[in-house]
This record gives sequence, structure tokens and C-alpha cells, in this order.
Amino acid sequence: MHAGENLPPESFEQLAIPHFERLYNFACWLTHDRQEAEDLVQETYVKALKGFPSFQPGTNFRAWIYKILRNTFLTSRTGLKATATVPLDLEGEEEALPTDKETPESILLQRSDEQLVQRALEELPVAYREVLLLCDVEEMSYQEISVTLAVPMGTVMSRLSRARKALRGGLRQQFAKKDEPRMVTYGL
Amino acid sequence: MRTFDAHVRSCPSCSADALARVQMKRAIHVAGKRYTPSAEFRKRMQQKIAAKPQRSFVPRWALAAVAAVILVAGSLTSAYLGSRPGRDQVFSEIADLHVATLASSSPVDVISTDRHTVKPWFQGRIPFAFNLPELQSSGFTLLGGRMTYLDQAPGAHLIYDVGKHHISVFVFQERSLPATLDKDVIPPKQLTFNVETWTQGGLRYFIIGDASAANVDSLAKLFKAAS
Repeated sequence: MHAGENLPPESFEQLAIPHFERLYNFACWLTHDRQEAEDLVQETYVKALKGFPSFQPGTNFRAWIYKILRNTFLTSRTGLKATATVPLDLEGEEEALPTDKETPESILLQRSDEQLVQRALEELPVAYREVLLLCDVEEMSYQEISVTLAVPMGTVMSRLSRARKALRGGLRQQFAKKDEPRMVTYGL
Repeated sequence: MRTFDAHVRSCPSCSADALARVQMKRAIHVAGKRYTPSAEFRKRMQQKIAAKPQRSFVPRWALAAVAAVILVAGSLTSAYLGSRPGRDQVFSEIADLHVATLASSSPVDVISTDRHTVKPWFQGRIPFAFNLPELQSSGFTLLGGRMTYLDQAPGAHLIYDVGKHHISVFVFQERSLPATLDKDVIPPKQLTFNVETWTQGGLRYFIIGDASAANVDSLAKLFKAAS
């Protein structure tokens, strides 16, 4: 018996539509381009519909469709370019370093400077960006992220730890840029 | 876990660290919800998903086998059953045309109670001519007409009112309709509408509506008398 054989015909629409906005947001973060994100989401839905018979009812549809979107992105020109320029991270277990008590980014976060966080996120390598988005924006469990990224749970945890560390580094830079004294030149 | 909680509560360094982590998580959560799709894209995708035909998960070879069986069985029994499948299909389409037209916001293209206005409107639009009956003191009112198609053949669709009921009259060229429709075909009993059909002067007439059978019959008689 095929996995999706006994699903009612409206199931795909019912399952897929609620994820549309979130998928689009995730696609934009991956591609950095709205038009490409639209194409990516569209292709994801086409592939998901085509592969729907293989979807196991009762399993996690969200993780399944995000996995399709991510795989579609990784095989796209932008995805290949994004992953080719970033060295693969070491997937060994790593102790999460405690943050300093009062760091520039913690001060920044207290100030809720959304744009700076967005900029720091944008500049992260795609492997870090996606794991942070899945965890903190999509609020996926480690198990779901593990399914979506097709990596073991231990890898999810260590990658998250590294991603947070990288984001803190990025925020420090953003913070430094923001507080840089401006050079004022006066016309002679 | 309790020991960990107790430690975090009592250790300023660890509680500050936990707080910083929570703050960062919150900040990413807010900053990460950045992009929303345009209304146009949302609409396009919804239509795309909703418009997908329902998929059949039966293997192709099984479908082919079923199709072959149906084809053979159909050809073997058609001689026995006469033209019933084609007949039922035609009546089903007529019923669909009637319902779909009444559900439309503009059921008629020519709005007139005057047959001398409605009849000329069809000139140049359909490849045949027909007569419309005089309705004086008959209880029927002509509401108007529109072009229609049945099995890719053009025809006239007229809408009449009797009481609070709408009745559709369809006129087609007999030769353009499916050959399976006999000359004096009887409408199938499973139709919930009252239907009459006949052929006259090379034209096929269908009258259909939820009005009483007597009303449908009366209108049919008026058309037969006018033709």
C-alpha cells in the first residue's frame, strides 16, 4: 500500500496551505531574493504534491515539506553557490561556551534592534542561518530539525551552538559598525 | 533538571548566561519573521494548489486494464442497451447547463420579454433559425436568451418564467448532436428536473426546469405549435 493512498483528496491542500507564509519567509532567508523565493516555494509545492503519495500519514508534514524546500534550494544555482563558498563545519560535539555577562550583543538584544539582528542573520553562512531559523523562528524541535536537515540530532545541537556563536560574533561587528564615530569632513 | 534549575537560580553567572540565551532566541524569533508573500503570489499559489486534479494512486497498468475491460464490455453491450449511456450524458449536460446558467450573475445575454427582440439576436450567432411561441395569456414569460454549446455544437438557450420557476429551453441542430440520441428519446427517470425533448424540423428541443411536469409540457406544446 502506498503511504498516501488512503488520504482524503483534500488532504494535501489542508496540510500544505497553512505552511505557505512560513515557507515563503524561510525561502526568502535562504535565497535573499523575493523572486527566487517565489520560484522556490512554487517548485516546493509542485514537488510536494507529486511526492505526496510517499508521505506517511501521521508523520511530520512540516518537516517533510521544509526538507523538500531545502533540498530544492540546495540544488538551485543560488543554493549551490551559497554552499560552495562556505566550508563544511566540523560536526563534532562542542561545548557551548557561556556568554559573557554583559556583552555588546546582549545590550543590543535588550535594545531589541531588529534590523541589526536581521543583518547579522543575513551574513551567516546558510548552514547556520537555516538551523537558527528552524529552531528559533519556526520553533521546530531538535527532532524535527534533524529530519528536515537530514542530520543526526547531535549535529543539530552542535551546529546550533556554533550558529549562535557566529551570530554573536556578527552582532558584535554590527554593534561596532553602529557605534563607529562618523568622519565629518568640512569643505575648505 | 531540578538541580540544574536550582543552580541557575543561585548562580549569577549562569543565570546571566541563561538570560542572554533567552534574549537571543527571542530576538531571532522576532527578526526572523521578516518576509511576507504578496497577495498576488498567495492567490496564485492557492489557485494552483486548489486547481490540481485529484490524483489517482492506482498503478497505470491497472488503469489500462480497467479501460480495456470497459471498452470491450461497452462495445459488447451497446447493441443490447441501445444508446442509454450517450442519452444519459446528454440529459446530464442539459441539466448542468440549466443549473449553471441560473446560478450565473448574468444568466442571459439578451434580456427581453419580447420574442421579436430575442429571436433576431441569435441571427449570425447560431447556424440555424427557429420560431418562438406567442405567450399571451399562457402564464409563461420570456426572460431572455443566450448562446450555448452542447458537445461542441452551438445552440440557443432561452429562459422562461412560470410562477416563480425558471424553465430553460435549448434548441440545437439534430445532426450536430451525438448520434446516440434517438429521435424520440425518453429522458432518464433519475433526473430531478422535469424534462421534455423532441425533434422537429431538423432541430432538437429540450425543455427543462423544476416547474411542474404540466407546465413543462404546456411550454413544449407552445413551441411545437410555433415551429
